[in-house]
Amino acid sequence: MGEELKLHGAWISPFVYRVIWALKLKGVPYEYIEEDLSNKSPLLLKYNPVHKKVPALVHAGKPICESMIIVEYIEETWPQYPLLPIDPYERAMARFWVKFAEEKGDAVWALFRTSGEEQEKAMKGTLEMLKTIEEHSPDAKKFFGGDKIGIVDIAFGAIGYWLGVVEELLGVALFEAHAFPRLHAWLKNFTEAPKIKENLPGRDELVVFVRSWRAERLLASQN
Amino acid sequence: MSNEVVLLDFWASMFGMRIRIALAEKGVKYEHREEDLRNKSDLLLKMNPIHKKIPVLIHNGKPVCESLIIVEYIDEVWKDKCPLLPSDPYQRAQARFWADFVDKKVYEVFKGVWLMWAKKGEEHEAAKKEFFEIFKILEGELGDKPYFGGETFGFVDISFITFYSWFHAYETFGKFSIEAECPKIIAWVKRCMQKESVAKTLPDQKKILEYAVQLRKRFGLE
Repeated sequence: MGEELKLHGAWISPFVYRVIWALKLKGVPYEYIEEDLSNKSPLLLKYNPVHKKVPALVHAGKPICESMIIVEYIEETWPQYPLLPIDPYERAMARFWVKFAEEKGDAVWALFRTSGEEQEKAMKGTLEMLKTIEEHSPDAKKFFGGDKIGIVDIAFGAIGYWLGVVEELLGVALFEAHAFPRLHAWLKNFTEAPKIKENLPGRDELVVFVRSWRAERLLASQN
Repeated sequence: MSNEVVLLDFWASMFGMRIRIALAEKGVKYEHREEDLRNKSDLLLKMNPIHKKIPVLIHNGKPVCESLIIVEYIDEVWKDKCPLLPSDPYQRAQARFWADFVDKKVYEVFKGVWLMWAKKGEEHEAAKKEFFEIFKILEGELGDKPYFGGETFGFVDISFITFYSWFHAYETFGKFSIEAECPKIIAWVKRCMQKESVAKTLPDQKKILEYAVQLRKRFGLE
Protein backbone atom coordinates (compact mmCIF):
# COMPACT_ATOMS: atom_id res chain seq x y z
CA MET A 1 0.00 0.00 0.00
CA GLY A 2 2.09 2.89 -1.27
CA GLU A 3 -0.50 5.50 -0.48
CA GLU A 4 0.18 8.51 1.68
CA LEU A 5 -0.52 8.02 5.37
CA LYS A 6 -0.56 10.97 7.73
CA LEU A 7 -1.39 11.18 11.40
CA HIS A 8 -2.49 14.48 12.91
CA GLY A 9 -1.73 14.30 16.60
CA ALA A 10 -0.55 15.98 19.76
CA TRP A 11 2.31 14.60 21.89
CA ILE A 12 0.27 14.90 25.07
CA SER A 13 -2.70 12.93 23.80
CA PRO A 14 -3.29 9.36 24.99
CA PHE A 15 -5.74 8.90 22.11
CA VAL A 16 -3.07 9.74 19.55
CA TYR A 17 -0.70 7.21 21.11
CA ARG A 18 -3.20 4.42 20.63
CA VAL A 19 -2.97 5.03 16.89
CA ILE A 20 0.83 5.31 17.00
CA TRP A 21 1.09 1.97 18.81
CA ALA A 22 -1.12 0.23 16.25
CA LEU A 23 0.96 1.62 13.36
CA LYS A 24 4.27 0.79 15.03
CA LEU A 25 3.24 -2.76 15.96
CA LYS A 26 2.25 -3.36 12.35
CA GLY A 27 5.35 -1.65 11.00
CA VAL A 28 3.33 0.77 8.89
CA PRO A 29 5.22 3.94 7.91
CA TYR A 30 3.43 7.27 8.28
CA GLU A 31 4.05 10.99 8.46
CA TYR A 32 3.31 12.58 11.82
CA ILE A 33 1.96 16.11 12.04
CA GLU A 34 2.00 17.77 15.46
CA GLU A 35 -1.05 19.93 16.09
CA ASP A 36 -1.16 22.87 18.46
CA LEU A 37 -4.41 22.10 20.26
CA SER A 38 -4.85 25.74 21.21
CA ASN A 39 -4.57 26.71 17.55
CA LYS A 40 -5.81 23.82 15.43
CA SER A 41 -4.75 23.74 11.80
CA PRO A 42 -7.29 24.33 9.03
CA LEU A 43 -6.37 20.85 7.76
CA LEU A 44 -7.35 19.21 11.05
CA LEU A 45 -10.66 21.08 11.08
CA LYS A 46 -11.23 19.95 7.51
CA TYR A 47 -10.44 16.31 8.36
CA ASN A 48 -12.44 16.22 11.59
CA PRO A 49 -15.22 18.78 11.23
CA VAL A 50 -17.56 16.97 13.60
CA HIS A 51 -15.33 16.64 16.69
CA LYS A 52 -12.36 18.86 15.71
CA LYS A 53 -10.01 16.61 17.64
CA VAL A 54 -6.83 14.62 17.31
CA PRO A 55 -6.08 11.94 16.30
CA ALA A 56 -7.09 12.13 12.67
CA LEU A 57 -5.54 9.56 10.37
CA VAL A 58 -5.51 10.54 6.71
CA HIS A 59 -5.00 7.72 4.22
CA ALA A 60 -4.63 8.74 0.57
CA GLY A 61 -6.38 11.99 1.46
CA LYS A 62 -9.31 10.33 3.24
CA PRO A 63 -9.72 11.00 6.98
CA ILE A 64 -10.61 8.55 9.72
CA CYS A 65 -11.40 9.85 13.21
CA GLU A 66 -11.90 8.53 16.78
CA SER A 67 -8.91 6.63 18.12
CA MET A 68 -10.34 3.11 18.44
CA ILE A 69 -12.20 3.39 15.12
CA ILE A 70 -8.87 4.36 13.56
CA VAL A 71 -7.22 1.33 15.20
CA GLU A 72 -9.91 -0.98 13.73
CA TYR A 73 -9.33 0.64 10.34
CA ILE A 74 -5.59 0.04 10.63
CA GLU A 75 -6.31 -3.56 11.63
CA GLU A 76 -8.50 -4.13 8.58
CA THR A 77 -6.14 -2.41 6.16
CA TRP A 78 -2.81 -3.88 7.31
CA PRO A 79 -3.30 -7.51 8.38
CA GLN A 80 0.22 -8.15 9.76
CA TYR A 81 0.47 -8.36 13.57
CA PRO A 82 -3.29 -8.91 14.05
CA LEU A 83 -4.76 -6.90 16.91
CA LEU A 84 -8.13 -8.67 16.96
CA PRO A 85 -8.89 -12.40 17.24
CA ILE A 86 -10.46 -14.25 14.31
CA ASP A 87 -13.40 -15.80 16.17
CA PRO A 88 -16.49 -13.53 16.15
CA TYR A 89 -17.25 -14.16 19.83
CA GLU A 90 -13.69 -13.33 20.90
CA ARG A 91 -13.87 -10.22 18.73
CA ALA A 92 -17.11 -9.16 20.43
CA MET A 93 -15.45 -9.64 23.83
CA ALA A 94 -12.45 -7.55 22.77
CA ARG A 95 -14.75 -4.81 21.47
CA PHE A 96 -16.70 -4.93 24.75
CA TRP A 97 -13.54 -4.15 26.71
CA VAL A 98 -12.51 -1.45 24.26
CA LYS A 99 -15.90 0.21 24.77
CA PHE A 100 -15.55 -0.18 28.52
CA ALA A 101 -12.18 1.57 28.35
CA GLU A 102 -13.71 4.37 26.28
CA GLU A 103 -16.61 4.96 28.66
CA LYS A 104 -14.94 4.45 32.01
CA GLY A 105 -11.64 5.99 30.94
CA ASP A 106 -13.46 9.33 31.04
CA ALA A 107 -13.01 9.30 34.81
CA VAL A 108 -9.23 9.30 34.36
CA TRP A 109 -9.31 12.17 31.86
CA ALA A 110 -11.57 14.06 34.27
CA LEU A 111 -8.83 13.83 36.92
CA PHE A 112 -6.68 16.03 34.70
CA ARG A 113 -9.36 18.65 34.21
CA THR A 114 -11.10 18.87 37.57
CA SER A 115 -10.57 19.77 41.17
CA GLY A 116 -12.51 19.61 44.44
CA GLU A 117 -15.72 17.61 44.50
CA GLU A 118 -15.68 16.85 40.80
CA GLN A 119 -12.20 15.43 41.11
CA GLU A 120 -13.25 13.29 44.09
CA LYS A 121 -15.99 11.87 41.91
CA ALA A 122 -13.49 11.18 39.14
CA MET A 123 -11.19 9.39 41.60
CA LYS A 124 -14.06 7.20 42.70
CA GLY A 125 -14.90 6.44 39.06
CA THR A 126 -11.28 5.59 38.35
CA LEU A 127 -11.08 3.16 41.25
CA GLU A 128 -14.35 1.48 40.23
CA MET A 129 -13.06 1.06 36.70
CA LEU A 130 -9.78 -0.45 37.89
CA LYS A 131 -11.63 -2.79 40.23
CA THR A 132 -13.91 -4.06 37.47
CA ILE A 133 -11.05 -4.73 35.07
CA GLU A 134 -8.98 -6.41 37.79
CA GLU A 135 -11.90 -8.69 38.67
CA HIS A 136 -13.18 -9.50 35.22
CA SER A 137 -10.15 -9.46 32.99
CA PRO A 138 -9.07 -12.76 31.44
CA ASP A 139 -6.69 -15.03 33.32
CA ALA A 140 -2.96 -14.75 33.76
CA LYS A 141 -1.73 -13.96 30.27
CA LYS A 142 0.99 -11.51 29.43
CA PHE A 143 -1.40 -9.17 27.64
CA PHE A 144 -5.17 -8.85 27.24
CA GLY A 145 -4.52 -10.02 23.69
CA GLY A 146 -2.76 -13.16 24.96
CA ASP A 147 0.92 -13.57 24.18
CA LYS A 148 0.87 -10.58 21.93
CA ILE A 149 -0.45 -7.08 22.33
CA GLY A 150 -4.02 -6.71 21.11
CA ILE A 151 -6.64 -4.04 20.69
CA VAL A 152 -7.72 -4.16 24.34
CA ASP A 153 -4.11 -3.59 25.49
CA ILE A 154 -3.93 -0.57 23.22
CA ALA A 155 -7.20 0.84 24.59
CA PHE A 156 -6.22 0.34 28.23
CA GLY A 157 -2.54 1.11 27.76
CA ALA A 158 -3.29 4.76 27.13
CA ILE A 159 -5.37 4.92 30.29
CA GLY A 160 -2.78 3.05 32.37
CA TYR A 161 0.21 5.15 31.36
CA TRP A 162 -1.59 8.49 31.67
CA LEU A 163 -2.99 7.43 35.03
CA GLY A 164 0.62 7.28 36.24
CA VAL A 165 1.05 10.87 35.10
CA VAL A 166 -1.99 12.14 36.97
CA GLU A 167 -1.01 10.23 40.11
CA GLU A 168 2.33 12.00 40.12
CA LEU A 169 0.67 15.32 39.36
CA LEU A 170 -1.85 15.05 42.17
CA GLY A 171 0.43 13.21 44.57
CA VAL A 172 -2.09 10.41 45.00
CA ALA A 173 -1.76 6.68 44.67
CA LEU A 174 -4.85 5.31 42.95
CA PHE A 175 -3.42 2.42 41.00
CA GLU A 176 -1.70 0.55 43.80
CA ALA A 177 0.06 -2.75 43.17
CA HIS A 178 -1.36 -4.47 46.23
CA ALA A 179 -4.93 -3.54 45.25
CA PHE A 180 -4.57 -4.31 41.55
CA PRO A 181 -1.86 -6.97 41.19
CA ARG A 182 -2.96 -8.35 37.81
CA LEU A 183 -3.35 -4.93 36.27
CA HIS A 184 -0.01 -3.80 37.63
CA ALA A 185 1.74 -6.79 36.12
CA TRP A 186 -0.06 -6.18 32.85
CA LEU A 187 0.91 -2.48 32.67
CA LYS A 188 4.52 -3.39 33.29
CA ASN A 189 4.42 -5.94 30.45
CA PHE A 190 2.77 -3.41 28.18
CA THR A 191 5.03 -0.42 28.81
CA GLU A 192 8.14 -2.61 28.57
CA ALA A 193 7.17 -4.20 25.25
CA PRO A 194 9.74 -2.89 22.73
CA LYS A 195 7.39 -1.19 20.25
CA ILE A 196 5.53 0.48 23.10
CA LYS A 197 8.55 1.47 25.19
CA GLU A 198 10.06 3.28 22.21
CA ASN A 199 6.78 5.13 21.68
CA LEU A 200 5.78 6.68 24.97
CA PRO A 201 5.88 10.39 25.78
CA GLY A 202 8.17 11.31 28.67
CA ARG A 203 6.34 11.11 31.97
CA ASP A 204 8.18 14.07 33.48
CA GLU A 205 7.48 16.21 30.44
CA LEU A 206 3.81 15.29 30.61
CA VAL A 207 3.62 16.15 34.31
CA VAL A 208 5.23 19.54 33.67
CA PHE A 209 2.87 20.23 30.80
CA VAL A 210 -0.28 19.23 32.65
CA ARG A 211 0.74 21.19 35.72
CA SER A 212 1.06 24.41 33.75
CA TRP A 213 -2.09 23.64 31.74
CA ARG A 214 -4.10 23.21 34.94
CA ALA A 215 -2.67 26.44 36.39
CA GLU A 216 -3.66 28.31 33.22
CA ARG A 217 -7.17 26.92 33.35
CA LEU A 218 -7.56 27.86 36.98
CA LEU A 219 -6.43 31.39 36.23
CA ALA A 220 -8.79 31.63 33.27
CA SER A 221 -11.75 30.40 35.32
CA GLN A 222 -11.06 32.97 38.01
CA ASN A 223 -11.13 35.90 35.60
CA MET B 1 -23.84 -26.71 15.56
CA SER B 2 -27.00 -25.83 17.39
CA ASN B 3 -27.94 -22.23 16.98
CA GLU B 4 -29.64 -21.11 20.12
CA VAL B 5 -30.25 -17.40 20.12
CA VAL B 6 -31.85 -15.57 23.03
CA LEU B 7 -32.34 -11.83 23.26
CA LEU B 8 -32.79 -10.14 26.64
CA ASP B 9 -34.62 -6.96 25.83
CA PHE B 10 -36.99 -4.21 26.92
CA TRP B 11 -39.76 -3.20 24.55
CA ALA B 12 -39.15 0.56 24.74
CA SER B 13 -35.37 0.46 24.48
CA MET B 14 -33.98 1.95 21.28
CA PHE B 15 -30.86 -0.12 21.90
CA GLY B 16 -32.78 -3.40 22.10
CA MET B 17 -34.68 -2.49 18.93
CA ARG B 18 -31.39 -2.34 17.03
CA ILE B 19 -30.84 -6.03 17.75
CA ARG B 20 -34.33 -7.05 16.72
CA ILE B 21 -33.91 -5.22 13.42
CA ALA B 22 -30.50 -6.82 12.79
CA LEU B 23 -31.79 -10.32 13.56
CA ALA B 24 -34.84 -9.75 11.34
CA GLU B 25 -32.65 -8.53 8.47
CA LYS B 26 -30.61 -11.72 8.74
CA GLY B 27 -33.66 -13.96 9.14
CA VAL B 28 -32.37 -15.39 12.42
CA LYS B 29 -34.83 -17.20 14.66
CA TYR B 30 -34.50 -16.32 18.31
CA GLU B 31 -36.21 -16.39 21.66
CA HIS B 32 -37.22 -12.94 22.85
CA ARG B 33 -37.27 -12.39 26.59
CA GLU B 34 -38.74 -9.22 27.98
CA GLU B 35 -37.01 -7.85 31.07
CA ASP B 36 -38.59 -5.82 33.82
CA LEU B 37 -35.93 -3.15 34.29
CA ARG B 38 -37.07 -2.52 37.84
CA ASN B 39 -36.68 -6.22 38.66
CA LYS B 40 -33.91 -7.60 36.50
CA SER B 41 -33.77 -11.37 36.02
CA ASP B 42 -30.99 -13.50 37.45
CA LEU B 43 -30.16 -14.44 33.88
CA LEU B 44 -29.58 -10.81 32.89
CA LEU B 45 -27.42 -10.15 35.94
CA LYS B 46 -25.40 -13.27 35.19
CA MET B 47 -25.03 -12.54 31.48
CA ASN B 48 -24.17 -8.86 31.89
CA PRO B 49 -22.63 -8.60 35.34
CA ILE B 50 -20.64 -5.46 34.57
CA HIS B 51 -23.37 -3.19 33.20
CA LYS B 52 -26.52 -5.16 34.14
CA LYS B 53 -28.23 -3.74 31.06
CA ILE B 54 -30.20 -4.88 28.07
CA PRO B 55 -29.85 -5.75 25.27
CA VAL B 56 -27.89 -8.95 25.73
CA LEU B 57 -27.65 -11.50 22.96
CA ILE B 58 -27.05 -15.01 24.24
CA HIS B 59 -25.71 -17.22 21.45
CA ASN B 60 -25.33 -20.89 22.33
CA GLY B 61 -25.14 -19.86 25.99
CA LYS B 62 -22.52 -17.15 25.53
CA PRO B 63 -23.49 -13.51 26.13
CA VAL B 64 -22.68 -10.56 23.89
CA CYS B 65 -23.37 -7.10 25.33
CA GLU B 66 -23.54 -3.50 24.05
CA SER B 67 -25.95 -2.99 21.16
CA LEU B 68 -23.58 -1.90 18.38
CA ILE B 69 -21.11 -4.62 19.32
CA ILE B 70 -23.98 -7.13 19.15
CA VAL B 71 -24.95 -5.85 15.68
CA GLU B 72 -21.35 -6.28 14.45
CA TYR B 73 -21.31 -9.77 15.98
CA ILE B 74 -24.56 -10.68 14.21
CA ASP B 75 -23.10 -9.36 10.95
CA GLU B 76 -19.96 -11.49 11.37
CA VAL B 77 -21.71 -14.71 12.40
CA TRP B 78 -24.54 -14.61 9.87
CA LYS B 79 -22.34 -13.25 7.16
CA ASP B 80 -23.89 -14.95 4.16
CA LYS B 81 -27.01 -12.85 4.12
CA CYS B 82 -27.72 -9.14 4.02
CA PRO B 83 -24.44 -7.46 5.05
CA LEU B 84 -25.06 -4.72 7.59
CA LEU B 85 -21.58 -3.18 7.38
CA PRO B 86 -19.81 -2.30 4.13
CA SER B 87 -16.92 -4.51 3.02
CA ASP B 88 -14.48 -1.67 2.30
CA PRO B 89 -12.39 -0.75 5.40
CA TYR B 90 -12.74 3.00 4.83
CA GLN B 91 -16.54 2.74 4.48
CA ARG B 92 -16.63 0.55 7.56
CA ALA B 93 -14.70 3.17 9.52
CA GLN B 94 -17.18 5.83 8.40
CA ALA B 95 -20.11 3.59 9.40
CA ARG B 96 -18.60 3.01 12.84
CA PHE B 97 -17.89 6.72 13.22
CA TRP B 98 -21.50 7.73 12.54
CA ALA B 99 -23.02 4.95 14.63
CA ASP B 100 -20.72 6.08 17.45
CA PHE B 101 -21.89 9.67 16.86
CA VAL B 102 -25.51 8.52 17.22
CA ASP B 103 -24.65 6.68 20.43
CA LYS B 104 -22.82 9.61 21.95
CA LYS B 105 -24.64 12.67 20.64
CA VAL B 106 -28.20 11.65 19.82
CA TYR B 107 -28.62 9.86 23.12
CA GLU B 108 -27.17 12.89 24.91
CA VAL B 109 -29.57 15.38 23.34
CA PHE B 110 -32.47 13.01 23.93
CA LYS B 111 -31.54 13.06 27.60
CA GLY B 112 -31.36 16.83 27.35
CA VAL B 113 -34.94 16.93 26.09
CA TRP B 114 -35.97 14.68 28.95
CA LEU B 115 -34.76 17.28 31.37
CA MET B 116 -36.17 19.98 29.10
CA TRP B 117 -39.60 19.16 30.43
CA ALA B 118 -38.61 20.69 33.72
CA LYS B 119 -36.88 23.65 32.09
CA LYS B 120 -38.35 26.95 31.08
CA GLY B 121 -37.45 29.84 28.84
CA GLU B 122 -33.75 30.17 28.01
CA GLU B 123 -32.76 26.71 29.19
CA HIS B 124 -35.55 25.14 27.14
CA GLU B 125 -34.41 27.06 24.06
CA ALA B 126 -30.78 26.05 24.63
CA ALA B 127 -31.69 22.35 24.92
CA LYS B 128 -33.84 22.60 21.78
CA LYS B 129 -30.98 24.31 19.91
CA GLU B 130 -28.53 21.56 20.88
CA PHE B 131 -31.03 18.89 19.86
CA PHE B 132 -31.39 20.32 16.37
CA GLU B 133 -27.68 20.98 15.97
CA ILE B 134 -27.09 17.25 16.26
CA PHE B 135 -29.99 16.36 14.00
CA LYS B 136 -28.79 18.84 11.38
CA ILE B 137 -25.32 17.27 11.41
CA LEU B 138 -26.93 13.89 10.76
CA GLU B 139 -29.11 15.37 8.05
CA GLY B 140 -25.95 16.77 6.44
CA GLU B 141 -24.29 13.37 6.56
CA LEU B 142 -27.35 11.71 5.02
CA GLY B 143 -27.37 14.24 2.19
CA ASP B 144 -29.23 12.98 -0.83
CA LYS B 145 -28.51 9.33 -0.17
CA PRO B 146 -31.52 7.07 0.38
CA TYR B 147 -29.84 5.61 3.49
CA PHE B 148 -26.87 6.57 5.64
CA GLY B 149 -25.15 3.52 4.20
CA GLY B 150 -25.79 4.69 0.65
CA GLU B 151 -28.05 2.60 -1.55
CA THR B 152 -28.71 -0.01 1.09
CA PHE B 153 -29.98 0.05 4.66
CA GLY B 154 -27.12 -0.65 7.02
CA PHE B 155 -25.29 -0.17 10.29
CA VAL B 156 -25.79 3.57 10.75
CA ASP B 157 -29.45 3.36 9.70
CA ILE B 158 -30.01 0.61 12.27
CA SER B 159 -28.26 2.65 14.98
CA PHE B 160 -30.42 5.73 14.40
CA ILE B 161 -33.85 4.55 13.16
CA THR B 162 -34.72 3.09 16.54
CA PHE B 163 -34.78 6.58 18.05
CA TYR B 164 -37.74 7.31 15.73
CA SER B 165 -40.05 5.43 18.07
CA TRP B 166 -39.35 8.13 20.65
CA PHE B 167 -39.73 11.13 18.30
CA HIS B 168 -43.40 11.71 19.12
CA ALA B 169 -42.68 11.68 22.86
CA TYR B 170 -39.83 14.16 22.48
CA GLU B 171 -41.79 16.41 20.16
CA THR B 172 -44.66 16.47 22.64
CA PHE B 173 -42.53 17.36 25.61
CA GLY B 174 -40.03 19.54 23.81
CA LYS B 175 -42.83 21.33 21.98
CA PHE B 176 -41.20 21.16 18.59
CA SER B 177 -41.57 19.40 15.24
CA ILE B 178 -38.68 17.35 13.93
CA GLU B 179 -40.19 17.25 10.44
CA ALA B 180 -40.34 21.04 10.29
CA GLU B 181 -36.64 21.40 11.12
CA CYS B 182 -35.24 18.26 9.49
CA PRO B 183 -37.49 17.11 6.64
CA LYS B 184 -34.78 14.89 5.11
CA ILE B 185 -34.53 12.91 8.32
CA ILE B 186 -38.26 12.28 8.28
CA ALA B 187 -38.12 11.30 4.61
CA TRP B 188 -35.38 8.82 5.53
CA VAL B 189 -37.50 7.56 8.43
CA LYS B 190 -40.42 6.88 6.10
CA ARG B 191 -38.12 5.00 3.73
CA CYS B 192 -36.81 2.84 6.59
CA MET B 193 -40.31 2.19 7.90
CA GLN B 194 -41.13 0.54 4.57
CA LYS B 195 -38.75 -2.24 5.52
CA GLU B 196 -40.47 -5.10 7.28
CA SER B 197 -37.66 -5.55 9.79
CA VAL B 198 -38.06 -1.93 10.93
CA ALA B 199 -41.86 -1.66 10.78
CA LYS B 200 -42.33 -4.86 12.76
CA THR B 201 -39.73 -3.94 15.38
CA LEU B 202 -40.51 -0.34 16.25
CA PRO B 203 -43.22 0.01 18.87
CA ASP B 204 -46.14 2.36 18.41
CA GLN B 205 -45.14 5.95 19.13
CA LYS B 206 -48.25 6.56 21.21
CA LYS B 207 -47.35 3.64 23.46
CA ILE B 208 -43.89 5.12 23.89
CA LEU B 209 -45.45 8.49 24.77
CA GLU B 210 -47.63 6.83 27.40
CA TYR B 211 -44.60 5.08 28.82
CA ALA B 212 -42.59 8.32 28.79
CA VAL B 213 -45.37 10.09 30.70
CA GLN B 214 -45.32 7.30 33.29
CA LEU B 215 -41.54 7.58 33.62
CA ARG B 216 -41.82 11.30 33.99
CA LYS B 217 -44.27 10.87 36.85
CA ARG B 218 -42.07 8.23 38.42
CA PHE B 219 -39.08 10.54 38.38
CA GLY B 220 -41.14 13.39 39.77
CA LEU B 221 -40.90 15.49 36.67
CA GLU B 222 -44.61 16.12 36.35
